[in-house]
Amino acid sequence: MTDTATIPPLSGLRVLDFAQFLAGPVAALRLADLGAEVIKIERPQGGDSCRSMVVNEQILEGDSLVFHTFNRGKKSVAADLKEPADLEKIRRLIASADVMIHNFRPGVMERIGLDYPAVRKINPRLVYGTVSGYGNEGPWRDKPGQDLLVQALSGIAWLNGNADDGPIPTGFAMLDVATAGNLVQGILACLLRRGITGKGALVEVSLLSAALDLTFEQFTCFLNDAKRQPQRHRIGNANPYQPAPYGIYKTVSGYLAIAMTPLSELARLLQAPEIDAFGQERAFCDRNDIKAVIAGILATRTTDEWLGILEPAGVWCAPVLDWPDFIASDGFEALDAVQTIRSASGDEAYTTRCPIRIDGRNLGKGEGAPALGLHTRTILKSFAAGEE
Amino acid sequence: MTPPLEGIRIVDFSQFLAGPYASLKLLDMGARVIKVENPKAGDLCRHIYLSDTKIHGESTLFHAINRGKESIALDLKSPQGLAAARTLITHADLVIQNFRPGVIDRLGLGYEQVKAIKPDIIYGSISGYGDSGQWADLPGQDLLVQARSGIVWLSGNADQGPVPIGLPIADISAGANLAQGLLGALFRKERTGQGALVETSLLEALIDLQFEFLTTYLNNDEIPPERAQKGSAHGYLPAPYGVFETARGHLALAMTPLDKLVNLLGLQEDPRFASGSNAGFTHRNEIHAILRSAFKTKSAEQWESLLIKHDIWCARILNWKEMLRTEAGKALEMLLPDPENTTTSLRHLRTPIRLDGQRAPSGPDAPELDAHGQAICEEFGISRI
Repeated sequence: MTDTATIPPLSGLRVLDFAQFLAGPVAALRLADLGAEVIKIERPQGGDSCRSMVVNEQILEGDSLVFHTFNRGKKSVAADLKEPADLEKIRRLIASADVMIHNFRPGVMERIGLDYPAVRKINPRLVYGTVSGYGNEGPWRDKPGQDLLVQALSGIAWLNGNADDGPIPTGFAMLDVATAGNLVQGILACLLRRGITGKGALVEVSLLSAALDLTFEQFTCFLNDAKRQPQRHRIGNANPYQPAPYGIYKTVSGYLAIAMTPLSELARLLQAPEIDAFGQERAFCDRNDIKAVIAGILATRTTDEWLGILEPAGVWCAPVLDWPDFIASDGFEALDAVQTIRSASGDEAYTTRCPIRIDGRNLGKGEGAPALGLHTRTILKSFAAGEE
Repeated sequence: MTPPLEGIRIVDFSQFLAGPYASLKLLDMGARVIKVENPKAGDLCRHIYLSDTKIHGESTLFHAINRGKESIALDLKSPQGLAAARTLITHADLVIQNFRPGVIDRLGLGYEQVKAIKPDIIYGSISGYGDSGQWADLPGQDLLVQARSGIVWLSGNADQGPVPIGLPIADISAGANLAQGLLGALFRKERTGQGALVETSLLEALIDLQFEFLTTYLNNDEIPPERAQKGSAHGYLPAPYGVFETARGHLALAMTPLDKLVNLLGLQEDPRFASGSNAGFTHRNEIHAILRSAFKTKSAEQWESLLIKHDIWCARILNWKEMLRTEAGKALEMLLPDPENTTTSLRHLRTPIRLDGQRAPSGPDAPELDAHGQAICEEFGISRI
């Protein structure tokens, strides 16, 4: 066991990634960061649609930068699953794999013949992961499983923003990333079980389930609170169920975030006995009135001045940073969170790294995403008809 | 079905949300979780009330996060308590902790100290901001990490100021990341016998969550994304992506060809709507304004059924009560009363992961402080006196 500490945990595992866009590919990305070999199976015309989804006109070696963000370090095999010859090669590739992931809509893989019952016959040890928008049953199963739309349907858009705002979705694909995390957990647990039982598994996750899981704490409150819709705070809302002073406040220079803090403590530090007069037991029901008083006081000085008063007293508070300030901060620097990826021809771009460290080391290989079909020949060569 | 983590034993020293969320995920997949709590009051989360909702006198939050776990009270500052914890660890596969950096080492239960008594232990650690740099000792609290990470500038509209995500997103993401790292390490241990130290932090979780946008930003001369003036839902996507008020309720529109939508809304021809043009991005706010007035003529429900027929990606925005009333809300097993949990009328959410077609039961309520202390002491031959 000389070098085991340096062996990535999933080294030697082969993952086939049939998925497109976000949740599926990001799950496969995490498995790649943990050491697995990940092979994308893409249609020959255009490949993963994400390759051509150029955001903000940013491209790296012909593909969208976003595609590289989700698919760095993977291999690519181009195959037309509607062509019997290609399908046969892919079936043989599946026989050699440990994990496969797809996010086709319910029914598609059944028609191709690569649904779990069919694939299990080729490879009983395979762990088969699927991502859907809303699960395989129910009236929503055929709706597009798109992040914003699931935010809309899951009630999650009513947790952000203030009482008088309309619904405020989270402004990026939060549910896709959370769904990917759920899929990775299920796949890894089943790989572990496979070590004992020798049998694979079917792991199913959906964006809607991820939305509920992300809100599980608040949703549990809701279910046990006569199903009353949580009321967002009138100002500086950061969690509808938290009492005052929880939230964000404007100062002369910017904004200040304050987390759980006893009212008496805040009243003392702000020299505002009127805050304490509400009484701690009113901190939730009178949250809007209390926060209005606090907001009036915090608006009179700069963020730094308030931090100088509140932080030494142990109050849980923070300046609100934007990306330029965050990237320039010592806290960001200390994390070593950015890696440089290189495409096959040497073009470079920056991206973030896997957030998990194992044995004190960051994970990742610093590679870009593959060109479409780059590894078709090398990987499928041994599976070509008549070559065995 | 054998739960995949059956037989895996976790000793969990963590409090609040991030660490306990990680152990909850592993519990749902079959692991046994022994929660070590301080004898005076236990996990601080027992007494943090969200709103005024309480279950059995303890916070709903605590029950949501700690259902199905066992509790043993140990005073880690006493020699007996520490010895008992060490004995427990020798019988464990995983240890989880989320104290501030340095605290667990002072208690004598840091990774190196634990490794000395259990060489193949897999040790999971969550901090707020990593263990070095000027932020390392700051409180690792969700909203404060959101405030520092830039994430509060991605939601809401252009003139709205910072809009935090209204749920503990840093805690939950960090817990999910830790669970993944621990599982990866367990898999390696099965093959090599090697233990591992798995570390992550709330701040890394939020960087990871923003990775799509941050990558764009880092390669774009660090020009931040701009929120739309109204109905913003994504800083880098063109119109009509966003949220629109209707005659009744709101409608969300995802990626949609503008020319097709404009046709369906019966709007006047306009070069800005032409397919293939970059207008959806450069004229995002103007186009949003034109669409906004068009959407005011019908209810969200009417628009949804009309547009869906033409394959437009849209959804009516629901609140929780409305979602529960839909057929889809009822169909989702995560929300069904758990048939195996007959001891309580309390409703918990179940795991978001289905294995071999089944969703794990939600199990019993969270334990009272030290509910299993005596039994665990007997099982592992531990004395607390």
